[in-house]
Amino acid sequence: MIEYKNVTKTYGTNIGLEDVSISIEKGDFVFLVGPSGAGKSTFVKLMLKEIEADSGSILFDGAEITKLSNREIPKLRRSIGIVFQDFRLLPKKTVYENVAFAMEIIHISPRFIRKQAPQALSLVGISSKAGKYPHELSAGEQQRVAIARAIVNNPTVLIADEPTGNLDPDTAWEIMELLEHINTRGTTVVMVTHAKEIVNKMSKRVIAIKNGRITRDEQKGAYRPEEDEAEAIEAADGGLPVL
Amino acid sequence: MSYSIKQAFKQFFRNGAMSTASVFSITAILLILGLFFLLVVNVSNVAARIEKDFDSIQVYLLNETDEAAAQYMIDGLMAMPEVQEAFFLSREQAMADLKVRFGDKAYLLDLRQENPLPNSIMITVGLIEDADKVVEYVKTFEGIEGLTYSKETVERLIKLNRFIQYAGLTIIFFLVIISVIVVSNTIKLMVLAREREISIMKYVGATNWFIRGPFLVEGILIGLVSAGLSVGIVAFIYYKIEDVFGTDLLVMLSSGLVPHRFMIENLAAIFAALGVSIGACGSIISMRRFLDT
Ligand SMILES: Nc1ncnc2c1ncn2[C@@H]1O[C@H](COP(=O)(O)OP(=O)(O)OP(=O)(O)O)[C@@H](O)[C@H]1O
Ligand SMILES: [Mg+2]
Repeated sequence: MIEYKNVTKTYGTNIGLEDVSISIEKGDFVFLVGPSGAGKSTFVKLMLKEIEADSGSILFDGAEITKLSNREIPKLRRSIGIVFQDFRLLPKKTVYENVAFAMEIIHISPRFIRKQAPQALSLVGISSKAGKYPHELSAGEQQRVAIARAIVNNPTVLIADEPTGNLDPDTAWEIMELLEHINTRGTTVVMVTHAKEIVNKMSKRVIAIKNGRITRDEQKGAYRPEEDEAEAIEAADGGLPVL
Repeated sequence: MSYSIKQAFKQFFRNGAMSTASVFSITAILLILGLFFLLVVNVSNVAARIEKDFDSIQVYLLNETDEAAAQYMIDGLMAMPEVQEAFFLSREQAMADLKVRFGDKAYLLDLRQENPLPNSIMITVGLIEDADKVVEYVKTFEGIEGLTYSKETVERLIKLNRFIQYAGLTIIFFLVIISVIVVSNTIKLMVLAREREISIMKYVGATNWFIRGPFLVEGILIGLVSAGLSVGIVAFIYYKIEDVFGTDLLVMLSSGLVPHRFMIENLAAIFAALGVSIGACGSIISMRRFLDT
């Protein structure tokens, strides 16, 4: 499904990813963990071809992403749904319009939009708020809308970059249940997170990145604060003790 | 396509103040440009006519010089590559032409018993610059009373005309560049105002042209509206000028203003094309910087 082979990406002297090889199968649920600046977002951006790899190969559904021309990028992105920590909804559009918008801009017929958009809203459990504007919703509800928008075009992969980062624990769990449900319907889910509880309880595959390298890849893995958090690295490096 | 146009109109009204401001700036610029256009075309027109009147050399013949001698001179002149035309004008014909020119005041000419006009040879040169050479040659003839030609006037006129043309073109060139910058800044602001929407569109997989379309149409819309407004104003000004000066100039220069229909039709066509190009260039420039990848 997704395969990185010896992928390296540097930003000037900063290392984004270094010689990363990993493969994610169709239907997988993967947590991508690691301290801040480890290269998680770089990993995601490479998959979307928002940035170019310096070297290596990235296969998506058998297609070589690094060789895609600019004109082929939209097609790639239509098979990837994405959710962000800050929701990124359009404030002047209603919930329904926010979701329908994702279909309109890729030339889906209005008839199909009228059929599909309500289904996506109902899947994320937000049908009753279809006519509301984002500022009228709670954070959790907004994230549901963002998820509905991400999956409405039936992507094969859903990427979530810290989707629970702005949510309280209970709401975060609701979102996790939703993501798991979407995963059981066959969508591959890649979730970037710092949420220890969630990673441990979900007991899914965990890929840990640090300084641009993959340090751990476990099925049914757990979160290891000593490896996956920045403070821990400083302590391990012999930095100033935390007072 | 229809999406782009719909979005562009929406945007045009949503960002009303911004669109209006840039429409006014570009209208003002095109207005100046249009007035220069009027000036350049009319000066060229007048200059061309005057040049035509003055690119001839008149050689007055002594009374003793007979037609055969004149014909000999004409043959010699016609052999010169610089000479386009040379013909004999009898004193009777010259008088008849003069009467035509005097029109209803021709009776004044009848007061004189004797025709005071001499026989003459009319020479037309291909290029006014060659007139000197022809004149030198004519001066070697025997039996001529004198000659008139107004090289300096014509040359000065040509120089002035060229200067006005070049100055006009330079000013027009800079004005066009300024318009493109105005459009590109407006579009840039509109792109920034919709940054979030655009980034979402990219993530969902909208094609680049789908994203750019509305901005391109927007730029073209601004260009076209400005072109329409300025052509309207220029036309109005031109009618007024024609009203006030039209007939006087006709008498003074025996060549009036270029007729308004011809002028305004051309101006409208040129401005429509210019408006579209300014708008398209402006938005493409700003999009190259802001909508790539
Ligand atoms: N545009 C950029 N220009 C220069 N350096 C960059 C750029 N983007 C990322 N980096 C660097 O690349 C490294 C990896 O960044 P990345 O954003 O992938 O980290 P991350 O794991 O997503 O961190 P976070 O958890 O804070 O989001 C960091 O050292 C970062 O400073
Ligand atoms: Mg990140």
